[in-house]
Amino acid sequence: MKPVVVTGIGALASNGMSTETYWSATVDGTAGIGPISRFEPETYPIALAGEMASFDPKEHVPSRLLVETSMMSHLAIAAADAALADAKLVTSALPEYEMAVITANATGGVEVGQRELQKLWSEGPEHVSAYMSIAWFYAATTGQLSIRHKMRGHCGVVVSEQAGGLDAIGHARRLLNQGHRMALAGGTESTMAPAGLVAQIPTGHLSPRKDPARAYLPFDVDAVGYLPGEGGAILVLEEAGSAQARGVTQPYGEIVGYAATFDPRPGRGRPPTLWRAAEQAVADAGLTPADIDVVFADAYGIPSLDRVEADAIAAVFGPRGVPVTAPKTMTGRLYGGGGALDVATALLSIRDGVIPPTVNVTSVDPEYQIDLVLGESRPAPLRHALVLGRGYGGFNAAIVVKGNDN
Amino acid sequence: MRARRVAITGLGVVAPGGIGRKAFWERLTSGQSASRRITLFDPTGFRCQVAAEVDFDPAQYGLSPQEIRRMDRTAQFAVVATREALADSGLTTDELVPERTAVAVGNAVGCTMGLENEYVVLSDGGQKWLVDHEYAVPHGYDYFAPSSLGREVAWATHAEGPTAVVSSGCTSGIDALGYAAELLWEGSADVVIAGSTDAPISPITQACFDAIKATSTLNDQPDRACQPFDNERRGLVLGEGSAFFILEDTAAARRRGAHIYCEIVGYASRANAFHMTGLKPDGREMAEAIRVAMDQAQLNPDDIDYINAHGSGTRQNDRHETAAVKTSLGARAYDVPMSSIKSMVGHSLGGIGSIEIAACALAIEHDVVPPTANLYTRDPECDLDYVPLTARDHRTDAALSVGSGFGGFQSAIVVAADSGDRR
Amino acid sequence: MREFTLADLTRIMRASVGVDDSVDLDGDILDTLFTDLGYDSLALLEIASKIDLELGTSTPDDAVGQLETPRHFVDYVNEKLSVGAA
Repeated sequence: MKPVVVTGIGALASNGMSTETYWSATVDGTAGIGPISRFEPETYPIALAGEMASFDPKEHVPSRLLVETSMMSHLAIAAADAALADAKLVTSALPEYEMAVITANATGGVEVGQRELQKLWSEGPEHVSAYMSIAWFYAATTGQLSIRHKMRGHCGVVVSEQAGGLDAIGHARRLLNQGHRMALAGGTESTMAPAGLVAQIPTGHLSPRKDPARAYLPFDVDAVGYLPGEGGAILVLEEAGSAQARGVTQPYGEIVGYAATFDPRPGRGRPPTLWRAAEQAVADAGLTPADIDVVFADAYGIPSLDRVEADAIAAVFGPRGVPVTAPKTMTGRLYGGGGALDVATALLSIRDGVIPPTVNVTSVDPEYQIDLVLGESRPAPLRHALVLGRGYGGFNAAIVVKGNDN
Repeated sequence: MRARRVAITGLGVVAPGGIGRKAFWERLTSGQSASRRITLFDPTGFRCQVAAEVDFDPAQYGLSPQEIRRMDRTAQFAVVATREALADSGLTTDELVPERTAVAVGNAVGCTMGLENEYVVLSDGGQKWLVDHEYAVPHGYDYFAPSSLGREVAWATHAEGPTAVVSSGCTSGIDALGYAAELLWEGSADVVIAGSTDAPISPITQACFDAIKATSTLNDQPDRACQPFDNERRGLVLGEGSAFFILEDTAAARRRGAHIYCEIVGYASRANAFHMTGLKPDGREMAEAIRVAMDQAQLNPDDIDYINAHGSGTRQNDRHETAAVKTSLGARAYDVPMSSIKSMVGHSLGGIGSIEIAACALAIEHDVVPPTANLYTRDPECDLDYVPLTARDHRTDAALSVGSGFGGFQSAIVVAADSGDRR
Repeated sequence: MREFTLADLTRIMRASVGVDDSVDLDGDILDTLFTDLGYDSLALLEIASKIDLELGTSTPDDAVGQLETPRHFVDYVNEKLSVGAA
């Protein structure tokens, strides 16, 4: 397995529209959760979200591209531009067929989809835009990034709901071991349209609380659900030798381990398998649990699912055996963007030697034997981080990252 | 050289004009198109009013009342095809080792019909932007998030290994098989349930493709509407359906005496990075995908016996892929039969990729290549042997299937019978 | 019968297909190729569709491909309108 390094990060979420503003807000424990403003939420039982309200697509996306894309892709276009600039990588300088794009997506171009459905059903088929065919579908972002940056290698899309971001990075790592020298990998998502919100309500997993400080409380005795968020991250991944050859001396770190599992159907008497994804990712990294310095939790925020995760972490690392944190308490859960943002956050944490906090949680359920980093960042020397992600229905994924040795 | 090889030991199909692999193959070799005036919704007022539909009674194909209630049509197709494939392989869910069983489902447009039907109710016929949550059905999120398709196939097979939906537009059905083969080659799984599914015959999808004038307008002759490679071709016809395969390590398959249709010997995907829908006439990136796939397979152009074309029937596609095949196969391109089964089963977007690989596996199995229906007039730019109208006896040991899709995706996969398995 | 003008065309373009940052639709663009203005085949289909919706005209598939400049488009639409009015 050739080493795969991360040389550029483009992260964005409700608490920061750029990598550095996101990271500094995250270290400070500043959340981006607020009342839903993209549409009038008063009739809905869900009041809060992590909206990127001050993100203006016009500032990041050329006007011609804006009309044929949806918000999920606007975020990715901005993030990919930032990641490539961060990596100081000019795609025209690399062989066209050796550059890959793998994104995760969970819900498609929601606001465009709803708009076009409305035109169809209220006005007729001739009112549907020519751009609907390319703006809404799950592969739109990957296609647009491929075109924008002239990347002609293997371009693909992984869909595993909120485990997707990790699966996309894991798959990109595979490709970098098969003749590709760089990849854009990650995901960005937005479900902020009425249809997007209402589609999620039947799961019972969204938090109906109106107080941002009490709404999304993973691992807390008072957990009642999660909040939807916009954002994500696009990373520049490179085959290590190739990165070195073009002069990269300080990558953020390396993707050293990846694994994915699926849960048995509830009621069949078999245990969930998140623990196995964690264990296998650590083994894939050539490490033991003792080598892991921090775990970035999936943090579903539903008690039964929090329990599964707490038990899995305790089983692999021992009771309170490793610091655990969920900075997504500051942004909401980000669907296809979540795993990628967590990997970016893990790398930044290692770079700066600080574990960002899990905010708003005050009373970790005493039965969960995890050391959750609460309230404030915790400085700590970090070398390896494990990132966990789960998708609705039973998807589990895990990524292990190692910091830069230099 | 990879340590493991990937064998296809089971195959299941739900397709227009033929549910089940036997009926599917009979349809393909009959040369008869399954497209007709759309019945799944009223197509009055739409540019294209024909599609290739599956006459599908889910209860008749073994789905329980709860499965029917819970699953969108896309998922129903996938589960029926999966169960047929598993039965075909001779493996039972009890014999599969859950943690070593993975799932890869190709799909392009999610659970479109369920999503659109739900939208119509919640918006009260498109009247309300603030859709009404009180009318939401319990499984609404399953229609909104296509990851649910992966869950249904995993539940049907008790898989607990890596499970994903591969959603790269119209190449999803090829890409899911490539993804699955990768899991086996790298040792992450011992069995992969892989395939693709789509049930997009719904107003929003039809309107989408109509809006870019990609669809055929031959509404008064529905069975003739999709005419790949024909000089008169005027566009694609939507289809629906699913095909699923049981993939396992060839050595393990041989040990248990499994019937092996063929092996996946090469796969590659490239992107044209040119335009989300437009194709350049030279087909160079598709040619590159073909080249890499054949290289992996360690096969020369002379070794390819059959090409299953993307053959969507649009003016630009058929020209694009003809050029791609000529570039990658050279002079041999003129000697290899190449047909488009979309001429008969329509374009089921994310579903068609696996359906076409099923056609390749069956071509290898039977030494017969399916025809391109509706091919009567020659286009000077499309001058290869497209097996017009009539299926043909043709010794087929290695087949290449290609696909092209919105976003610029270009994929190629090579399946081949091992000489050890040939009778 | 009201004439369809360049201003009508650029109004519809702005509303439906956007404008490249480097392009001034109020400039002298009547004979500039759409491709030089940054518009691809999808954009032209969308423009034609929006014009058809607004004016009740109908633009066949092969016609759109022939409309290479704003002048072609404006002339084409006016021809259809005058035929319609006749």
